[in-house]
Amino acid sequence: MAVTTDTAASVDSVVRPRGLWGWLTTTDHKRIGILYGVTAIAFGVVGGTEALLIRLQLATPNGEILSADAYNQMFTMHGTTMVFLVVMPAAAAFTNYFLPILLGARDVAFPRLNALSYWVFVFGGLFLTLTFFLGGAPDGGWFGYAPLSTQVPEVVRMDYWALGLIVLGLASVLSSVNFITTVLTMRAPGMTLMRMPVFAWMATVVSFLLLFSLPMITVGLFQVFMDRNLGTTFYDAAMGGEPILWQHLFWLFGHPEVYVLILPAMGIVSEVLPTFSRKPLFGRSFVIFSGMAIGFMGFGVWAHHMFTAGLGPVAEAAFGLTTMFIAVPTGVKIFNWLGTIWGGSLRLNTAMLFSLGFIFLFVIGGLSGVTHSIVPSDAQQHDTYYVVAHFHYVLFGGAVFGIFSGVYYWWPKVTGRLLDERLGKWHFWLMFVGMNFTFGPMHVLGLNGMPRRTYRYPEGLGFDMWNMMATVGAFTIATAVLVFLANWWRTRTRGEIAGPDPWDGRTLEWSIPSPPPEHNFDIIPTVVAEDDFWHRKYVEDDSGNPVAREAPVESPVSTEPIHLPSPSYHPVLAAFGIFVTAIGAVYLPWGLLAVGTGAVITMWGLFGWSMESLTRREHE
Amino acid sequence: MSHRVIDRPRRTLVLLVLAFGLLAACSGDDPTNLGRIVGGDLPQNSLDPAGPIAEQVDSLFWLVFWIATGVFALVSLALAYAVLRFRRRGDTDRPVRQVHGNTRLEIAWTILPAVILAIVAVPTVATLFEVRAAPGPEDDALEITVTGHQWWWEFHYPEYGITTANEMWVPVDRTVYLSLTSADVIHSFWVPRLAGKRDAVPGRINNIRFEAAETGAYVGQCAEFCGLAHADMRQRVFVTSAEEFEAWAVAQASPASIPAEGPAAAGWEVFQTQCASCHTIDGTSASGLFAPNLTHFASRTSFGGATIDNTTDHLREWLRDPSSLKPMSPDLNDLEAGRVLGMPDLGLTEQQIADLIALLESLE
Amino acid sequence: MSEHAVEAHSGGHDAGHARKVAMWVFLGSECLFFGTLIATFLLYRGRTGDGPAASDVFDIPFTSVSSFILLMSSLTMVLAHHAASRRDRRTMRIWLIATALLGTVFLAGQVFEFTEFVEHGLTVTTSPFASSFYLLTGLHGAHVAVGVLMLLVTAFMSFGGRYRDDEGMNVEIVGLYWHFVDIVWIVIFTVVYLLQV
Repeated sequence: MAVTTDTAASVDSVVRPRGLWGWLTTTDHKRIGILYGVTAIAFGVVGGTEALLIRLQLATPNGEILSADAYNQMFTMHGTTMVFLVVMPAAAAFTNYFLPILLGARDVAFPRLNALSYWVFVFGGLFLTLTFFLGGAPDGGWFGYAPLSTQVPEVVRMDYWALGLIVLGLASVLSSVNFITTVLTMRAPGMTLMRMPVFAWMATVVSFLLLFSLPMITVGLFQVFMDRNLGTTFYDAAMGGEPILWQHLFWLFGHPEVYVLILPAMGIVSEVLPTFSRKPLFGRSFVIFSGMAIGFMGFGVWAHHMFTAGLGPVAEAAFGLTTMFIAVPTGVKIFNWLGTIWGGSLRLNTAMLFSLGFIFLFVIGGLSGVTHSIVPSDAQQHDTYYVVAHFHYVLFGGAVFGIFSGVYYWWPKVTGRLLDERLGKWHFWLMFVGMNFTFGPMHVLGLNGMPRRTYRYPEGLGFDMWNMMATVGAFTIATAVLVFLANWWRTRTRGEIAGPDPWDGRTLEWSIPSPPPEHNFDIIPTVVAEDDFWHRKYVEDDSGNPVAREAPVESPVSTEPIHLPSPSYHPVLAAFGIFVTAIGAVYLPWGLLAVGTGAVITMWGLFGWSMESLTRREHE
Repeated sequence: MSHRVIDRPRRTLVLLVLAFGLLAACSGDDPTNLGRIVGGDLPQNSLDPAGPIAEQVDSLFWLVFWIATGVFALVSLALAYAVLRFRRRGDTDRPVRQVHGNTRLEIAWTILPAVILAIVAVPTVATLFEVRAAPGPEDDALEITVTGHQWWWEFHYPEYGITTANEMWVPVDRTVYLSLTSADVIHSFWVPRLAGKRDAVPGRINNIRFEAAETGAYVGQCAEFCGLAHADMRQRVFVTSAEEFEAWAVAQASPASIPAEGPAAAGWEVFQTQCASCHTIDGTSASGLFAPNLTHFASRTSFGGATIDNTTDHLREWLRDPSSLKPMSPDLNDLEAGRVLGMPDLGLTEQQIADLIALLESLE
Repeated sequence: MSEHAVEAHSGGHDAGHARKVAMWVFLGSECLFFGTLIATFLLYRGRTGDGPAASDVFDIPFTSVSSFILLMSSLTMVLAHHAASRRDRRTMRIWLIATALLGTVFLAGQVFEFTEFVEHGLTVTTSPFASSFYLLTGLHGAHVAVGVLMLLVTAFMSFGGRYRDDEGMNVEIVGLYWHFVDIVWIVIFTVVYLLQV
């Protein structure tokens, strides 16, 4: 994928290994981004298969495809996989690949730390997924409510879950530190914070959300793990423990987490709509500030997940109100997107369709979210399929559609080839129709009294037809995903060559070749405006219409030597050590041997890391 | 790229939209018509309230629902209009004025939703405090203590000294006040037509109030994931006239009488050795607290977390191998740890099973 | 973790500055971590069950002395940083090792204290109070241990090669971390030991 191009600039000639070793030791943010993306797709197939099994089991009353035990594993792993191993890494793929380019930088602030984040994430994902082959996957729900998650410590499933989430959290905190530092210190000259593309902004907000929310769930996960393995009494009600504490710690993370999942998609949509409307984003600063407002308010609404837990009416009223008013910044974003396409010249290709689909579906999900803030009626909806419908509208109709929009938008930049539009349209329409068929009926199911997380339902409750519809819809979505994979496969070698700027883009990534050279920019651009690349190509006439410049403003050719980070195997080594440590910690006390081994491997990796210099340049 | 192929999915979509439109056109103005579209009987429909408290919540839901529908209609119409009106025709772009924003508009569409939400917030908070209020002495509320177990419900009537399982009897038109707690993990009590759900949390007591306006049977189920057989943890609420309820309560409060001879007496012998460490029969030496109280077992319509109809055949299957009817993971060693995850397979002989059934069916 | 980007790579930005920013950002995350631990402890501090309460086991004078030792280590850390900015490697090394030593003394005090508590019947399984106490102070101790390790590695690396600017930056970054861990201990000492109900 990484093709080196002949440039006037002399890139320092470090020998970069090819093949598998090259991928294992890479420190190039673009290759790491590709790794994240491919991993997300692979785990997406796993999570999707889990979803299809769930839908098969529920297609008819008293289904017998899965046992109760298998079903509980499926819905637990479906949730955990889709949140932590699919949507988050998919967003991380875009952030890794494009954040430095959007800022006009050569790489992230800490390339090797970036590699470490990726490898820790992969090993965390493997750690969780391997459980299917080790006597059963976690089965306590992705929310792991104590004391159910601390019950039966002899069965290691939930130990894997708690440790796996700690490991994945570590990966996310490291990459958040990395991205925030990148944004704060690596911007090109003239790239002020308010000139940053909205996607970069949303990535920054997401990094802050992860940075401040993950520590809280980590504490809770430590407590669950200790309750299970050391006999502590955090969640043992008989000893005075407080099961509700876990819910607070979990949702203090869990609610910001849902904004972690949706904000990158909002960022992508804010890039795609202006490009294909040929207009700048309407109310750019308002979109950015509403993103920040959503991030801030996201920390003040967590208890709306607990309206039936007995917090008392005063707390419930307060959290109901904060939840309601988070709809305001969300609404602002939607109106601004409408303002963006209003009066534009819309090019309805696949990327644009996914963004428009995002708006439509996200509005439905957002509005059903407002109905949850009505505390008394949430007591009817809580833990029913109505909630499942709501969050799939925002996370599938929102996050996943946004991500696919980004895939079709940026694919030519990453691969140098366009995805096939005909297959893309099929992909979009199948997914759009399938999505509404799957999750639309769930609104009705939930209001008609179907609870979540149940492996079967009896006849005579009126759930049969809607469930069958949802199952048909789920397979429609699966077909759409297959169409996408086919599209990827076909265009690998036969896709239309994209060129550097296939969409007449507005931001810096379109000013460099596709795929970008390893050093991104021959010369670091000097930014003079929002949508800087657009302004290099067009000037506005008196009535505000764009007029193409005679010749686009070209960057001068640079002959300055460029130093790139060297490949390093230390990150993957350190991550592997963490993996071994975690495996050992599940099987205490005799797992201590593995814990020690893993710790030594990690130390070895980190020590080697601190001893090697990042670039092969001698320090003077 | 041929245009016909692109059109095909679009045509499919148009057909689907038309189909949904027809469905919608068949319904009248009554909001609860959603139920009629679905057809059939919906015993767990939260939109079919059967008491004043559930009705309050229901009307609040519909208020918000119609406001949300209005907002959705406006936004999606604007979106559809913009897409149809401004889409590029052919391959050339029309010149586009580069509009960067409009502060007045921004202020308007920040304030407008906030105002709508503020309007919705008033009835929300009012209803919340109303339905959460504890009943006063003038309400003459019937108090019931509800304990969730994996995977069945225990109902205790302190006023009457009754302990029963999975099936709750309450009088019509009288406030019922539940105190919920749990013996193991978190459960959630939910009978949709009577009230929203409330969690049963170990180590604390949560309350919920409801009142049924019509006699009849109501069903619900545990709504908080509680492990293996979460789906099979259901409950039934029988709403009767006040007289009928009193008669039931008197009958339930009386101790059981074990027949002195016959198969039921033989069953009692088996019960003492095999069952009494977990089950209680009031008025006898059997006083186990891990499992449902069986004092008037024969008066119940169901067992096994209200998922299995109480028939001789079902009982026989249950006693042969409980996990064949309901997934459970019992382990007799767990009794030491005070953890019971369902009824174990006791390896009873057919004779023992027949005797036990005779005993159980005598417990009127 | 001496991750140093080079000027040309970072577009002319100061790489050391980036590492300092990263440490600040990371410490922001740590604030939430310890905040959550402290909140958990506050929730559980009265729930002693049948086990000993705080007032039964805590030895305030002893812990005050070890807290003072940890506080003094912040002073030696400042002196190490000062020596580094004067490019005086030898003095820097001495103060770094002194800081690590003081940290080790604090850890030893904590280990001694824990064994005392266990003898009084306060183990991790005794009560929610005990569980949250050990989790909070234990994780703080782990942070101190990591800090000691970082100090020793920094001191060890000052033996090789010539003084480079990023060595001073290393000392500054380790110092940031060390002062943070120290401040957290002041909060823990106040909340856990001094404000007993």
